Amino acid sequence: AFFWLVSLLLSSLIWFIAVKASNPQDERLQKGLLIFGVMFSVLLQEAFRFLYYKLLRKAIEGLVALSEDGCSPISIQQMAYVAGVGFGLMSGAFSMINLLADALGPGTVGIHGDSQLYFLTSAFMTMVLIFLHTFWGILFFHGCEHRRWWEIAAVVIMHLTVSGLSFCNPLYVGSLVPSYLLMVAAAAWAYLLSGGSVQNLRRFLLCKC
Amino acid sequence: MITFMNNSDSEEEPCNERTSLMSAESPPVPSYQDGLQASEAGEAQAHRKRRAGSSRGPNNIAGGETSASSVPVRESTLENEEEELTLKYGAKHVIMLFVPVTLCMIVVVATIKSVRFYTEKNGQLIYTPFSEDTPSVGQRLLNSVLNTIVMISVIIVMTVFLVLLYKYRCYKFIHGWLILSSLMLLFLFTYIYLGEVLKTYNVAMDYPTLFIIIWNFGAVGMICIHWKGPLQLQQAYLIMISALMALVFIKYLPEWSAWVILGAISIYDLMAVLCPKGPLRMLVETAQERNEPIFPALIYSSAMMWTVGMAKPDTAARGPSQQTWDAAEDGREHLRSPSHAESQMSDTRSPVPTRPITSLEELEEEERGVKLGLGDFIFYSVLVGKAAATASGDWNTTLACFVAILIGLCLTLLLLAVFKKALPALPISITFGLIFYFSTDNLVRPFMDTLASHQLYI
Repeated sequence: AFFWLVSLLLSSLIWFIAVKASNPQDERLQKGLLIFGVMFSVLLQEAFRFLYYKLLRKAIEGLVALSEDGCSPISIQQMAYVAGVGFGLMSGAFSMINLLADALGPGTVGIHGDSQLYFLTSAFMTMVLIFLHTFWGILFFHGCEHRRWWEIAAVVIMHLTVSGLSFCNPLYVGSLVPSYLLMVAAAAWAYLLSGGSVQNLRRFLLCKC
Repeated sequence: MITFMNNSDSEEEPCNERTSLMSAESPPVPSYQDGLQASEAGEAQAHRKRRAGSSRGPNNIAGGETSASSVPVRESTLENEEEELTLKYGAKHVIMLFVPVTLCMIVVVATIKSVRFYTEKNGQLIYTPFSEDTPSVGQRLLNSVLNTIVMISVIIVMTVFLVLLYKYRCYKFIHGWLILSSLMLLFLFTYIYLGEVLKTYNVAMDYPTLFIIIWNFGAVGMICIHWKGPLQLQQAYLIMISALMALVFIKYLPEWSAWVILGAISIYDLMAVLCPKGPLRMLVETAQERNEPIFPALIYSSAMMWTVGMAKPDTAARGPSQQTWDAAEDGREHLRSPSHAESQMSDTRSPVPTRPITSLEELEEEERGVKLGLGDFIFYSVLVGKAAATASGDWNTTLACFVAILIGLCLTLLLLAVFKKALPALPISITFGLIFYFSTDNLVRPFMDTLASHQLYI
């Protein structure tokens, strides 16, 4: 969570500087700067995820060295999951919490001609992002562990895609539907990477042992 | 200051041996100490309270042994075990400190957001005499710096006074001072707080009910904090008074002064705890030399101890040590080292009737604890509360400061595990908190607002 926060800080710093240095009246330029800010932020987030992976790697080595039986009390997969959840929660919290606070007060949604589904779609989008961050965490760490660069690249591309799709808003079908499809794909992939299989799933669903 | 208590303040007879044992084994069983803030209280209008905590370090893991011959054997095995145990339980204690700090912050933020009283400007304390209502920025800055200087010097004077009293064993005076200040906190500030909360929610309460509630709350609080009581109740009370104190600070400190004071306090904490002649460090070391616990009203402890019936003849040393441990039933951890002490104790239990000097009649189990000074709680909550009160980015800024403070606390505890001595808990957290507050408020907020208005997601 802290790492996500720092990445957000740096990316907003860049965007802020860019905005201050540019003409505030030029709408297209502002929009372009915003897009640039978003993409840059995504890349920075992934970079910080990588840094976090490096830090956790070192921590695991330390724990292994100190433990009694030669294996660390927490595995890298668990750490990947926790890292993903942390990223996701922080990103979700920052996206939603002001919205929620405003939702408590009086007002009408979309009174100025914007979409009336603003709150709903924001909620769904945030949820899908949180899940995606969790899965991306697992995929990313797995890729780093096994030196599969294409996995890491896939995560980055997916993140860029989802953020880019959000530019379609308020055309929600363009942003929400693909995001959910991507989430399902990422979920399946992460599940398989974590050692799950169709048999496991079937056994779980049928409550067998 | 953060302290790691490996042993309770159990006075065991071989005090001399123990202290020599302590010096014999250097790294193991460290006495972690948390930075504490010097506590000032007492005057009728004393709105500030700084907690000074002394740290205790008597290491009873290998201590308590009457035979020095068994010491070397235990030493080497204990050293390795110590490292592992330290790290294993270090993580646990990080969590054990996260919870109260989070609770305190939640209480403060919830109050700030709902009760208008604490965000209204109704004057200032006499400790910040310069007003900030000046038209020019430079003048305002100057006033806030002057306010800070006044405040810090008052704090320094109080801390030094406390240390001198402690050094010259004026325990009664210190005790009276602490009791007076906690009386004021528990009764007066709670009364004001309750009044304001009731006003906000438009709930009527008659005076007799109010009297009964406040009387009970205050009386139980006094007993819990200064005498004996269940550990969780004591922790809850300490959290509550920290929150009350933080709310008072948030209300009465002017804007810029508050931030400058926070920065200056963390620098002061750093120096007071780490410099050889720093007052807090001297307090800690004096307490360690005398093998005494820190004053009960000044430290939050996450440890649970079982100590029953200390019959120490040296009553002067026992005077201030009214730690309120209670035999809690749940979640006891069996550490290997305490079991050494246990077996040791059981050996000495039989000769107890014949040896009147034996202090402990029963020492069942010990659990290591981390101690955090209440001043740290207060200033963390002041930072987060101010962020909640004054930031225009509202919840994002508050959340960012919260995460920053917790990460700072984590890092401090990590350093504690590495250095194994008293550390100031304020600097890292407050620095992170300040950085994140200012940057989130000014940089992140416009970014997030623009993103939200276009419903873009990053």
